[in-house]
Amino acid sequence: MPTIRVVIAKPGLDGHDRGAKVIARALRDAGMEVIYTGLRQTPEQIVAAALQEDADVIGLSILSGAHMHICPRIMELLRERGMDDVMVVVGGIIPDVDIPKLNAIGITGIFLPGTPMQAVVEFITRHARDRAALSESSGANR
Amino acid sequence: MPSSTARSCATVSGRHIDELYTEESVSSLDYARDLADPGQFPYTRGIHPTGYRGKLWTMRQFAGFGTPEDTNERYKQLLKAGGTGLSVAFDLPTLMGRDPDHDLSRGEVGKCGVNVTSLADMEMLFDGIDLGTITTSMTINSPASMIFAMYLVVAEQQGADWRTLSGTIQNDILKEFIAQKEFIYPPRASMRLITDVFAFCAERVPKWNTISVSGYHIREAGATAAQELAFTLRDGIEYVQYGVDAGLDVDAFAPRISFFFNSHSDFFEEIAKFRAARRIWARVMRDRFGARSPRSWQLRFHAQTAGVSLTAQQPYNNVVRTALQAMAAVLGGTQSLHTNALDEALALPTAEAARLALRTQQIIAHETGVTDVVDPFGGSYFVERLTSDLEAEALEYFRTIDAMGGMVEAIERGFPQREIAESAYRFQQAVEARERVIVGVNEFITEDEPPVGILYIDESAGEKQLAKLDALRGRRNNVQVRHALDRLRTGATGTDNTMPLLLDAVRAYATIGEMCDALRDVWGEYVEEAVI
Repeated sequence: MPTIRVVIAKPGLDGHDRGAKVIARALRDAGMEVIYTGLRQTPEQIVAAALQEDADVIGLSILSGAHMHICPRIMELLRERGMDDVMVVVGGIIPDVDIPKLNAIGITGIFLPGTPMQAVVEFITRHARDRAALSESSGANR
Repeated sequence: MPSSTARSCATVSGRHIDELYTEESVSSLDYARDLADPGQFPYTRGIHPTGYRGKLWTMRQFAGFGTPEDTNERYKQLLKAGGTGLSVAFDLPTLMGRDPDHDLSRGEVGKCGVNVTSLADMEMLFDGIDLGTITTSMTINSPASMIFAMYLVVAEQQGADWRTLSGTIQNDILKEFIAQKEFIYPPRASMRLITDVFAFCAERVPKWNTISVSGYHIREAGATAAQELAFTLRDGIEYVQYGVDAGLDVDAFAPRISFFFNSHSDFFEEIAKFRAARRIWARVMRDRFGARSPRSWQLRFHAQTAGVSLTAQQPYNNVVRTALQAMAAVLGGTQSLHTNALDEALALPTAEAARLALRTQQIIAHETGVTDVVDPFGGSYFVERLTSDLEAEALEYFRTIDAMGGMVEAIERGFPQREIAESAYRFQQAVEARERVIVGVNEFITEDEPPVGILYIDESAGEKQLAKLDALRGRRNNVQVRHALDRLRTGATGTDNTMPLLLDAVRAYATIGEMCDALRDVWGEYVEEAVI
């Protein structure tokens, strides 16, 4: 199985990057190729970075409460560019009531405060492998 | 669960702790030189001879959300409940100097704090609150001058005298570059705005705390206690140096410098940290800067319990954590305190949670007796040794940073940023290896916890603020605004003090985005290199 490529991004105006950086290091230590975009990235910039880096996964760190604005926009851009096979996961402060709404737009990996790094690594590894198998069996290529 | 014999004997900062401390542990300590009675140099035991008998700390609860109208109502509730000072939390657009109609503000207005776009919002925020008698702290950094100018104009409208006006603006850009990352301009231009405030206030608003040099965010970003102490005080040194270099007399502005520390979970280490901070600062101000006024030597600080220690799991446990952390801040001699609410790992606090947080302070102040004696841990072998060790570690960092040329240079090289990221990762690894127990998270876990009700901030605040901004732009004299902004650009290009220019722009109802953009035109924006 090829190395999983992950873009870690910090969208919105918030600068609290402790979580993004810790996760980026944990994924790298787990053998993934990690690209950290840095702060204040727009959805357009994040999707462009994922395209350029041929990312399998986009990981968003959002603590500010702007997730219901940012996440749908990113999913829409991915669809428009035919990048539906890129998995999007979100970590941060997400109120319970918003979780089903994020699930409904295709975001299943939602990591709340207190999530062990290992749980994120395992989730991404398992799902990226499933996706790779799926795209192989359907003959899709990227 | 680690066995009791293999139990971790390190602090939350990873510091090794002996089983017992004795006279030998403090053999090099000299009472008169290193401790002295409270109120005496180097103030290790406190800056006031009478401690809290003379005056309790200020119970200052940080609050802000939604529109100025929403937050004004919360302030009135907090004051009615016995709060003794105000503390404003601004939203991200305000903190980043963007109007609500900017692209990057979408979805962010009123979410993390209150949105203040213009003087009109500031008038509403303090409607019915007498700025002449209350003290207000405002957590604002890059646009600190603009927000402070708005506050001064509201005070003036209320008939308050600027010479007796008291409060604090955080105005600490260095820790933004180091930790919280809410910066706009490059470091040197940012430092210019700050020294302008020092000079302006020394003359016009002499009781105002012009800066709150903050370790809080440095700690929250993952620093150890020693790193928090070292980087914060070294930031303080940098500000004093820039003030002196700008031609100010050190005793004219240094007494208005205040500090802001985190009060974290490791009880004794935190108490020692506060004591060490006072001793280091007193010596730095006297010996490094030659300050002669005791008020320049005395480190005054605000403390906030550690937001990062709060857990989303079993949130009621946070009440206990916060109470213990608050106790450490009080035993360390804080001048002012914010206690976090139990639901803050989930959202901004509900009114009920915010009230319970305030009640926690009131119980410590009025029921526990800890306020009766000054520096009750003075002379404890353990606490004195920790105090000295923390001081030594901070001084070692000072030497490293001095050798780089100063804190601005160290930041440009990414030094404190890397040190903090390293500590953050190490801490997380210790938690995952269960070398460190976090109750309810990696140990003592409860399945199917009932959810707590949280404050949910929807998009309506953003819509209201947008509508108000539109109305304001139609109502004000736009020619006057344009002229004020042109004068601001010209002044910033030269060496004029920016404060009077900002006051003119504020009076014309220029918005925070317009004022910050005018200075962006002159100074550009800072972009951080993305490293992990």
